[in-house]
Amino acid sequence: MAEETENKVKPPSRQYPDPAKKIEQEVKTTGHSWDGIEEYDNPMPRWWVWIFIITIVWSFGYWIAFPAWPGIQSATSGLLGYSSRANVAQEIAEFEERNEVFFAQLNDTELDEIREDDELMRFAVNAGGSVFAAQCSQCHGAGGAGVQAAGYPNLLNDDWLWGGTMEDIHQTIRYGIRNEDFLDARWSEMPAFGRDGLLDDEEIDQVVHYVLSLSGSDHDAELAAAGAENYEINCASCHMDDGSGDYFIGAPALNNQIWLYGGSFEAIRHSIYYSRFGVMPGFAERLREAEIRAVAAYVHQLGGGQ
Amino acid sequence: MGILDHHKKIETHATLLLVLSFLVVTIGGIVQIVPLFYLENTIEKVEGMRPYSPLEIKGREIYLREGCYNCHSQMIRPMRDEVERYGHYSLAAESMYDHPFQWGSKRTGPDLARLGGRYSDDWHVQHMIDPQSVVPESIMPPYGFMLNRELTRTDAEHVRDIMRVYRTLGHPYTDEMMELAVSDFFAQADEFGDPVDERYPGAQQRNFDGQEGIVTEMDAIIAYMQMLGTLVDFDTFVPDPSR
Repeated sequence: MAEETENKVKPPSRQYPDPAKKIEQEVKTTGHSWDGIEEYDNPMPRWWVWIFIITIVWSFGYWIAFPAWPGIQSATSGLLGYSSRANVAQEIAEFEERNEVFFAQLNDTELDEIREDDELMRFAVNAGGSVFAAQCSQCHGAGGAGVQAAGYPNLLNDDWLWGGTMEDIHQTIRYGIRNEDFLDARWSEMPAFGRDGLLDDEEIDQVVHYVLSLSGSDHDAELAAAGAENYEINCASCHMDDGSGDYFIGAPALNNQIWLYGGSFEAIRHSIYYSRFGVMPGFAERLREAEIRAVAAYVHQLGGGQ
Repeated sequence: MGILDHHKKIETHATLLLVLSFLVVTIGGIVQIVPLFYLENTIEKVEGMRPYSPLEIKGREIYLREGCYNCHSQMIRPMRDEVERYGHYSLAAESMYDHPFQWGSKRTGPDLARLGGRYSDDWHVQHMIDPQSVVPESIMPPYGFMLNRELTRTDAEHVRDIMRVYRTLGHPYTDEMMELAVSDFFAQADEFGDPVDERYPGAQQRNFDGQEGIVTEMDAIIAYMQMLGTLVDFDTFVPDPSR
């Protein structure tokens, strides 16, 4: 049968030497023997031994070149004078020096004239953009769109709280809004008409309808008419008769569809009842003047600059 | 081959090998670690570091409990990109009252070593309730439940116990601080409470979470976060040139 013939063991075509016998001639054994199994005493691979020796030699060089051995007062400082702190200071200084030309130019240029110099403006937008990403984006959004209806203003439109000229934006970034760190911080506070009992619930409802009417939103005409008088007495001095707001005291415009805390009846009612306003830190001490100017230029060109 | 023959004795003697290995590791440890405790240039003198206030300790305990360190580091390395983004690189002294330190090893979220004063309390509350509402690209889970976890006298007493332990570790809590620990704990979350900054300079004191009448975990965690990185006065810090 075919199967049987295949299973037959063929004799090897040539005789191999016994490998154990061959090595025995060259390498000594350790002399240990377990049930006839012996242990060779082979040397370690040469490449391994050399790398081991090189690393030891290398470490001596490293000790001399870099900070290494601790002493009584301080560690040896190394011939190369390596210092992570000096390195970072030097690297920062290097970039400072490269940017210095532009920073100086930013400081010396009138705020309104920055955008007239193409090269300077390009630098300002890029530098301002990276500062914005690190310092401003958490509230105003990575793209500057703010957080809708949560009180973080959108910087992409031309509806400003404290004004949208370069001067205004610069001032706002420099000193912030409603903080106690800077005397020049922008400051205003709307009264809490409901909580503090300045108006009763019915009057507040009427004023809300009147405010809704200013922007042409859905409202009850009768209630709105009834709220007109209270609006004039209590609100118009800041938000203006036509609801156009006032940059000087940060009173938002009420005659458009851009709402800081939402434009629903409930949202506006909450604002009037409890009063709501945001805060912003001043950056005069965190950023250098040129950086603040760069951020102002960046924000100004986002879409709404005046 | 004389030395190698002696070495053979070690190699073939398990107990001797063990003892000598320990000896070598011990010497290595002593040379590497011990100098850090006495070398002048590893212990910078800085102005402004103080032990944490009771409410800040509670905030820190919550920070540990929630595993914030898994995603946030508190360690700004001396590299240009980090210094430009976060602020001055971290100093050893800034962790001197941290047991354990919160340097972390992973940044899924940003470093928090200079977080204090960077955002408003409202922002923090909003961010804790719904992180994506203020940072759309964030993958941080919400922690709004902290607003509902009221802190009681038991919590304050627990913090006082923690302070007692810290004191044995050498934190300079005075007898007055220990005595007033419980009242300071609640006072710091009330801007009209007894001023806490008399004992803890620079401590911020106000109603952090905006909820009237109760002190919650949100108050504690925000008090802690608003303190991070604000204690050391870097105007007085002169880096040691040999580091």
